[in-house]
Amino acid sequence: MEEAYIYDSIRSPRGKGKSDGSLHELTSVYLSSEILKAIRDRNQLDTSIIDDVIWGNVTQIGEQGGCLSRSAVLKAGYCQSTPGLSINRFCASGLESVNLAANQVKGGAGIAYVAGGVEMMSRIPMGSDGAAIAVDPTLAMDTYFVPQGISADIISTKYGFSRDDADNFAVESQKRANNAWLENRFKNSIVPICDVNGIKILEKDEHLRPDTTMQSLGALNPSFKEMGQNMPGFDNVAIQKYPELEEIHHIHHAGNSSGIVDGSAAVFIGNKKFGEIANLKPRAKIIATSRVGTDPTIMLTGPIPATERVLKSAKMKISDIDIFEINEAFASVVLRFMQAFDVGHEKVNINGGAIAMGHPLGATGTMILGTALDELERSNKNVALISLCVASGMGSSTIIERV
Amino acid sequence: MSDFSYEIGSDNIAVIKWDVPNKKFNVLTIEGIDEIEKILDELFENNGLKGVIITSNKDNFSAGMDLNVLAHLQDQSKNKEEIFQFVMRAHKFLRKIELGGTDNNTKKKAIPFVWACNGLSAGIATEIGLACHHRIAADIKNTKIGLPEILVGLFPGAGGATRVSRMLGLMASAPILMEGKMFSAKKAKTIGLINEVSSPLDLIEDAKKWILNATKEDITKPWDKKGFKMPGGAPYHPNGFMTFVGASAMISSKTKNLYPAAKYLLSAIYEGALTNFDNALRIEARWFTKILSEKSTKNMIRTLFINKTALEKGLKRPSVNSKKTIFKKIGVVGAGMMGTGIAYTAALNGMNVTLIDKDIEVAKKGINDIDQILLLGLRRGKITEKQKKEVLDRITPSNSYEDLKAVNLVIEAVFEDIEIKEKVLNQIQNNIGQDTIIASNTSTLPISELAKSVNNQEKFIGIHFFSPVHKMNLVEIIKGNNTSQKSIAKAFDFVRVIKKTPIIVNDARGFYANRCIIPYINEGLLMVKEGILPQLIENAALQLGMPLGPLQLIDEVSIDLAMNISEQTRKAIGTNKLMDEIASVLSIMYNAKRFGKKTNSGFYNYDEKGKRNGFWEGIGNNFEILSVQPDIDIIKDRLALIQCLEATRALESKVLLDIREGDVGAILGWGCIPWAGGPFGWMDLKGATWVYKKCDEFSVKFGDRFSAGSLIKKLASENLSFYEYC
Repeated sequence: MEEAYIYDSIRSPRGKGKSDGSLHELTSVYLSSEILKAIRDRNQLDTSIIDDVIWGNVTQIGEQGGCLSRSAVLKAGYCQSTPGLSINRFCASGLESVNLAANQVKGGAGIAYVAGGVEMMSRIPMGSDGAAIAVDPTLAMDTYFVPQGISADIISTKYGFSRDDADNFAVESQKRANNAWLENRFKNSIVPICDVNGIKILEKDEHLRPDTTMQSLGALNPSFKEMGQNMPGFDNVAIQKYPELEEIHHIHHAGNSSGIVDGSAAVFIGNKKFGEIANLKPRAKIIATSRVGTDPTIMLTGPIPATERVLKSAKMKISDIDIFEINEAFASVVLRFMQAFDVGHEKVNINGGAIAMGHPLGATGTMILGTALDELERSNKNVALISLCVASGMGSSTIIERV
Repeated sequence: MSDFSYEIGSDNIAVIKWDVPNKKFNVLTIEGIDEIEKILDELFENNGLKGVIITSNKDNFSAGMDLNVLAHLQDQSKNKEEIFQFVMRAHKFLRKIELGGTDNNTKKKAIPFVWACNGLSAGIATEIGLACHHRIAADIKNTKIGLPEILVGLFPGAGGATRVSRMLGLMASAPILMEGKMFSAKKAKTIGLINEVSSPLDLIEDAKKWILNATKEDITKPWDKKGFKMPGGAPYHPNGFMTFVGASAMISSKTKNLYPAAKYLLSAIYEGALTNFDNALRIEARWFTKILSEKSTKNMIRTLFINKTALEKGLKRPSVNSKKTIFKKIGVVGAGMMGTGIAYTAALNGMNVTLIDKDIEVAKKGINDIDQILLLGLRRGKITEKQKKEVLDRITPSNSYEDLKAVNLVIEAVFEDIEIKEKVLNQIQNNIGQDTIIASNTSTLPISELAKSVNNQEKFIGIHFFSPVHKMNLVEIIKGNNTSQKSIAKAFDFVRVIKKTPIIVNDARGFYANRCIIPYINEGLLMVKEGILPQLIENAALQLGMPLGPLQLIDEVSIDLAMNISEQTRKAIGTNKLMDEIASVLSIMYNAKRFGKKTNSGFYNYDEKGKRNGFWEGIGNNFEILSVQPDIDIIKDRLALIQCLEATRALESKVLLDIREGDVGAILGWGCIPWAGGPFGWMDLKGATWVYKKCDEFSVKFGDRFSAGSLIKKLASENLSFYEYC
């Protein structure tokens, strides 16, 4: 079997996902094509060699609809023979694109892929593409559907995380992200985003709040209490699925949940031969990948079975992993991960995560994979595990190793 | 004789009158549908016709579908295709009305249809109205308009779901479709169910006026116009999305996913909203076919509609004296909560009541309590000031047994102590006339035992009310060994005058209801002792469909009362290991001074207003909580079986005489598994083989109390259901 190597990894800075966010004025296809151009240009690549561009993207309607990937390939001026594939596994789409590309390469279906993703959350609101699982009564009722925030609160209630635990975690995420930026730890990956004239629009993540403290977070009201306890009363639904809980403690709020941002990222995945042809040196290889389904009500515990599965597939133990990137969708997701595997925070999200820098849904998986790779190189370590929780009760994981 | 007739006046307006012969209320039968289809065909042939009015010739419009038709349809549940075709037939004739006789192929001008609703209209009757272009209702007291199908486990499946949701939007249609509320004429207009309110005398004239002025626009439904949008937003419209998401969550938490009707209704609306109107009707018909074929729905209708009505009409009333007894005046002795409740209910239903207590102040306080209940009714507009006064005037407080001279019936509701009761009964019998029936409202003492304190045991009977009397609709009539058939009939008649549902049972400890409730509570206590989390026990009970979990129930009853009952029972019939265990749980609670809701502290904490406020934090210190909790299904099955087995034992020991009474009584008495049609219905849904095996498994795991008797064994071995065999 072929090995799948990561030859390069880049990302855009993350812009605030609102109309006053710096990237908001850019179209989804523009941002995607800027990233595709950047990864091509800095590697001086002949794109006719690329077998496919697999692009993670969650809300595939309007300007993000119609197979955005192919549109972005064409707009970036890639060779016309390069197709494009848009994929959606919700929050793990950006990791799933990497995993798919890697497994295509391993399976011998071509030699080189661009994998990545984009989400312009300021332009295409999350959830605006509808979801049968939330609205269709035959599904919503049978699967005990609750929104993600409620699921995050189920995790904290069931596994005993307090508001302070979550807020502490959030403060630390902010601190680490700020520190990483101060030390310029993302420099190998960040691509400044420019307008059509080449005028710089954004070169740094703009969602960070480095001055965050326990006190400032303490002032925030829980975001999901009203919908949980009153209208329409999702807590009752949650308790039907988790009858051992007396009530749901609502601890999550805007400050300990992932930020809504715009962003895009891409990696080059290829086999050994590709490196030789393109005269590129591989930075790491994809050891194993996994994807799982879990209970859709608690929804966000997928990283645990996904990690168990990817470890098994890699014939590794949790102690074989040097560093972890676990997407900070909500504080309790990562807290639960660390609890389940008894992993210390010092190994997890070393440079902060989505609570501080934001979570551009379709791009995040690729972004945190790149962050893990940069960190392995910076700290001279070898093995990283990347995992994300996924809506509707799924999870995805990837193990990479430097070469 | 036909159900429908019509006349065309000189104004060329046809008035269809519904008048089912020999019935108080119009109901729609198969023959009725044939007739109305024929009438419509005739009318559409009439070229000069200006319009059609649909009304009734009776005091009310109609009570809806004939139950026999429903039962007939359900009997055919094996042939779903036939049910579906039948439902589609209803859709077709209603759609014909809605399109005023036109269709895509004919270029004929549409004829306006007006619904002139005079009085009650329920179910399919209202759905006929909904198909019309204009709806007018008479502003009279008996006008109640609605679609109450959901209350018997169905949903409005003759276009009601689709038309109301498209007319008003999902949110606004919820009280009509999902709660099955009935509305007065004025209220129906406010919420948009009808268009106009008229005085009863002007009803037809107003309908005619509307017809003569109706434009093409007026007689085209919004969904038959271009560019129709669902009010409040369709499911994937930004506004509609959260409404639909919320609707599923609300139905799920309200029904605990036990009642499929609400889910199917919402599915019909959701799927219908994503396509055009005619497709939506077909989708509605598919879901309606599915709900009609659900076994649990069938059970619910059987118990809560057919058998409940039959019991109330006298299915089990002894036929000795065919004439109904008339109660002009009754006596109630003991003005505690129960006595007061009984006095109130009797007075509310037109009887004069002498309310006796040895302390006249207590009797007066009882009347004061009744005044408070009436005041609430007055504030809610349920009664008038005049009615309130009339009810109060019917009750006379007294402390003299001599005031019982002229009563037909005396109900004793004094303290639950055999010595006190014996004394009181003796006093009563010395002061009443020859024909007067004496009843005891005891809940625990054997009737035949109490009967010994009166000379004429034939006229002594148990009439057991549930608390609070004015809300609980079940009454157990208990036959003592010597109670005469005539007395039973009289007690039955009394219960019917106060509009409650009687079941007639034989005399034994706890009769039927309490006999089954107590093991349910005890099972909860045993689970606490085993170390099962209290919330898991309570949630399991709620997910089984019980209105209250066993721990909530014992908090309501109060720990000291439960201890008292447990002590008495142990004294009376001896003790065993199981009863000792239950007693030990009770004494832990008692010693911790957790007496229940009345002291704001039991298994739950309560705030000053009596609102639940989490479980007692001390539970974990007093009972060792299991580190691995059992599966919720095991807890649910235990809580269900413990009640069902006791009901079966009551049947086998002939305390309970008929499973129909057993199911009706269980649902009305303590809310036992209503979605399955009661305990026997639940066992039938599970199947006797399953029940038998589960009993085997549980009696090994949890004790003898789960062993199945010979009846269940027989049913299992012969693969029969309770309703087939009993």
